[in-house]
Amino acid sequence: MIAEQLTEEIVADRPQALSTADTHYCPGCTHGIAHRLIAEVIDELAIRERTIMVVPVGCSVFADKYFEVDAVVAPHGRAPAVATGLKRVQPDKVIFAYQGDGDLASIGTAEIIHAAARGENITVVFINNAVYGMTGGQMAPTSLVGMKTTSSPFGRDLKTMGAPLHMSELIAQVAGATFVSRRSLHSPAEIRKAKKAIRRAFEVQLNGQGFSMVELLSSCPTNWDMKPVEALRWIETHMVPVFPLGDLKSITPKNGLRGI
Amino acid sequence: MTKQLLKGNEAIAEAAVRAGVDAYFGYPITPQTELLEYMARRMPELGRAFVQAESELAAINMVYGAACAGKRAMTSSSSPGVSLMQEGLSYIAAAEVPIVLVDVMRGGPGLGNIAPSQADYFQMVKSAGHGDFKPLVLAPASVQEAVDMMALSFELAEKYRTIVTVLLDGVIGQMMEPAELPPMQPRRDTAPAWALTGASGRPKNGIIPFSLYAEELEVYNQRLQAKLARIAAAEVRFREYMLDDAELVLVGFGTSGRIALTAVKQARSLGIKAGLLRPITLWPFPERRLWQLADEARGFLVVEMNAGQMVEDVRLAVGGQAPVKFLGRMGGVVPMPDEILDAIQKLDKATRPRPVIGTIEGPVAPLRHPISVN
Amino acid sequence: MQHDVVFSGFGGQGVLFCGQLLAYAAMDSGLHVTWFPSYGPEMRGGTANCTLVVSDDEIGSPLVRHPSCALAFNNPSAEKYEALTEPGGLLIHNASLVSHTFTRTDIRAVPIHASEVAAELGNPRLLNMVMLGALLQLTGVLPIDAVESALEAHMSTRRPELLALNKQALRRGMSLAELAAA
Repeated sequence: MIAEQLTEEIVADRPQALSTADTHYCPGCTHGIAHRLIAEVIDELAIRERTIMVVPVGCSVFADKYFEVDAVVAPHGRAPAVATGLKRVQPDKVIFAYQGDGDLASIGTAEIIHAAARGENITVVFINNAVYGMTGGQMAPTSLVGMKTTSSPFGRDLKTMGAPLHMSELIAQVAGATFVSRRSLHSPAEIRKAKKAIRRAFEVQLNGQGFSMVELLSSCPTNWDMKPVEALRWIETHMVPVFPLGDLKSITPKNGLRGI
Repeated sequence: MTKQLLKGNEAIAEAAVRAGVDAYFGYPITPQTELLEYMARRMPELGRAFVQAESELAAINMVYGAACAGKRAMTSSSSPGVSLMQEGLSYIAAAEVPIVLVDVMRGGPGLGNIAPSQADYFQMVKSAGHGDFKPLVLAPASVQEAVDMMALSFELAEKYRTIVTVLLDGVIGQMMEPAELPPMQPRRDTAPAWALTGASGRPKNGIIPFSLYAEELEVYNQRLQAKLARIAAAEVRFREYMLDDAELVLVGFGTSGRIALTAVKQARSLGIKAGLLRPITLWPFPERRLWQLADEARGFLVVEMNAGQMVEDVRLAVGGQAPVKFLGRMGGVVPMPDEILDAIQKLDKATRPRPVIGTIEGPVAPLRHPISVN
Repeated sequence: MQHDVVFSGFGGQGVLFCGQLLAYAAMDSGLHVTWFPSYGPEMRGGTANCTLVVSDDEIGSPLVRHPSCALAFNNPSAEKYEALTEPGGLLIHNASLVSHTFTRTDIRAVPIHASEVAAELGNPRLLNMVMLGALLQLTGVLPIDAVESALEAHMSTRRPELLALNKQALRRGMSLAELAAA
C-alpha cells in the first residue's frame, strides 16, 4: 500500500532540445542559462523538429553542439541575413538566430536593423555581456562608459569611443519589429521573466507576426575579471541602470497583428 | 521554341527561373540591375522568394541561408558588389552548399565605372574569398550561351556542392540578341539529406564550416581539394574556332573572345592562319588543350578587357613552348577588331620563319620545343 | 553580308526603339543580329545610341568602331559619326536638326528632313521611322516587308492606329532617300 504511493515523478529534466554535450563555456557564464531557457521554450512549444538555429561567430560559435536542432554557422554579424534566407524558402520552419553584442551591435548592425525593417518572421536572441568574449575581452559597442577592456585599457572614453549602443531601443523604433524585450540573467526572478520573453518571441514567430528579439543581459566573469557571483551582481548594479529591463515593444493580436 | 530578342541580364534571369531557382536575393548595381528588377517582378508572381537586401553582404548571406535549406538560390552583382560578397562566398565554399552567382563585371578598381570590363578575372578565378577554394567559373560570350548556362550552373553547383559563378561583362548583360529560352522546369520538391529542414525523424543536421583543430581542418581541406580536383578533371569547357591548321592562336573569353573572333576572320581573309580558343570555363582552365596547341603554334595572342590576367594562365599552360603576347584594354574600353588584327599581324611577322638566304630549299621549319604532350 | 549600323541622337527621339525594330526584323528574317545600347549615366546626359550588327554569319564583335552606316538624329551625332563612319560608308542625318557641314568626301552623307516629315504626318515621334525607312532604302539591309511585319509582331498593341502611321513614316523615309540619292 505504502509502496504504491512512492512512485517516482520527474520534476526537472534536461529539455529534449538541449543535447547531452558538456559546454565549453567558462564557469559562471550565463550562455548556459540562455541555452537552457531557449531549449525549454522549444520543448514547451513542441517545435524542436522544425526549428533551425543560426549560430553566430563568438563564444557561442559552438552552440550547435548544445542543441538538438538543425543549425548553421553564419559569418560574423550576418545571422539575420542567413536566417532571412532560411525562412523565406521554408516559412513553415521556426528560425532563430543567437547573436552576441559584437556580432549584433557592431559588425552586424545593418543586418539586424534591416531584418527588423522587413518584419522578417524570425526570432533573435541577443546576448549582451558588454564585451567581446571569444577574442579575449575587447571593448564592445555595449561596453559601459569607463569600462576597462583589453582594447580600452584606460576605460571606455566617452569622447573618443562613444557611449554604449542601446540596440533594443533602436530596434523597437523600427516599424517592422513586433516584439522587442530586454531581460537579464542575473537572478532566478529575472531568469523566469527572461524565459517568458523568449517564449513570447517564439510565439510571435509561430503566429506569423514578424520580427521578434530578446536581449539578455549576461555575464562574462572571465573577461570582466570577476568571480561568477560578483559578475551577476555587477549586471544588476552596473548594466541594468544603463540598459533598463522590460518589453520595449510588444504588439499583440489585440493591439495590432504585427509590427508592419 | 522560337528565338526571342532578349537582353542579356533579363534572359539570364528568366533562364534561372526556368531552371527552377527557388530564391533570389540581390542589391542594385549597374550594369546588372535589370536582372534584379526582372526577378522582383517574376519571382513573387511565381510564389518564389525574392528579397532586395540591404547590401551585397546581406544578399550573399541570404543566399547562404536559402541554400542551406536545400533550395536553388542565386544572386547577381557587379564588381564592387562582388567584393562585398567575398566574405559570404568563402563561408559558402566552406559550407559546401550549392549556389549560383552572376557577376556582370564593370570597370575598376574602386568605384571605377559601369562600362564593360573583365578586370575581375583574378577576383573570381584566383581569389573569390579567403582560404583555399575556387568557384567553378563559366564565361558566356553570347546571350544564348548565358541562357544555356543557367540550368547548367545549378546542376554543376548541386553535383559538386560548390559555388558556380557566371562571369560576364556589361556587353553581354546589356546587349540584345536572339536566343531561345528553355522550357520551364518543375521545381525540385525534395531536399537533399544534408539540408537544414528541421530534425524531424532524423538526427540533427549541422552546417558548421569551421574547426579549431588544425589537423581536423587540414583533413577537411584535403577533402575540399580532392573535390576541386574532380571538378578540374571533368568540367573543362571551351570552344575552338579555326584551330585545325592555326599557326597563331588567339585566346579570349566572353566579350573579348567574340571580338577576337571577328579579328581572326579578318586575319584569315588576309591569308594569316589564325584561330581562336575561347575558354568557357575559366576555372577549371583549358590548360591541357593550350599545351597541345602550343606544340604546333608559332605564337599566342591573349585578348582581355584588363591589364593582363588570364594571360598568366595561358603562359602557365603554354609552358614556354611559344611566345604569348597580350592585348588588353582597361577601364571599360572594349578592344576593337582592328586593333586585334594589328596585333595578329605583328605576331605573324615576329614569329614567321625566316628564309635562309642562299639556299634553294626555302624557309626552314620553325623551331619547336622538343617536349610534346604524351 | 554584314551591316554595322549605329543609331545616335537625343533621348526621346526613339533611337533605341528604331534599332530594336530592325533587330526584331533581322531576327524574324533568320539573320544573326546584336543590339547594344549605351547604358547608365551616358544615357542620363540626354544622348542615346545603339549599335546594331546584322549578319548572315555568327557575329563576333557586337561593338563597332567604324560603322558602315550611321543614323545621326541630331547635330552632335552628325559631327561625331562623320569622323567615325568607315570609308565608303553611309551617314544618314536628320537634316531638320543637323546644321553640321560635312567635309569628308569618302563617305556618303544623305540628308533626310525627318523631323519635318514626322510633323507633317501628325506626330513628331515618327521621326525614327522616317530615318529607318531611309536606311532600308539606301542599304537594302532588309526588305520593307520584314520591318513592317516586325512592327506588327513586336510593337505595343495598345494603340493600333499608330501602326498604320508608322508604316506610312517608313515609306516616306524610303521615298525621301530615293529622291536624295537620285
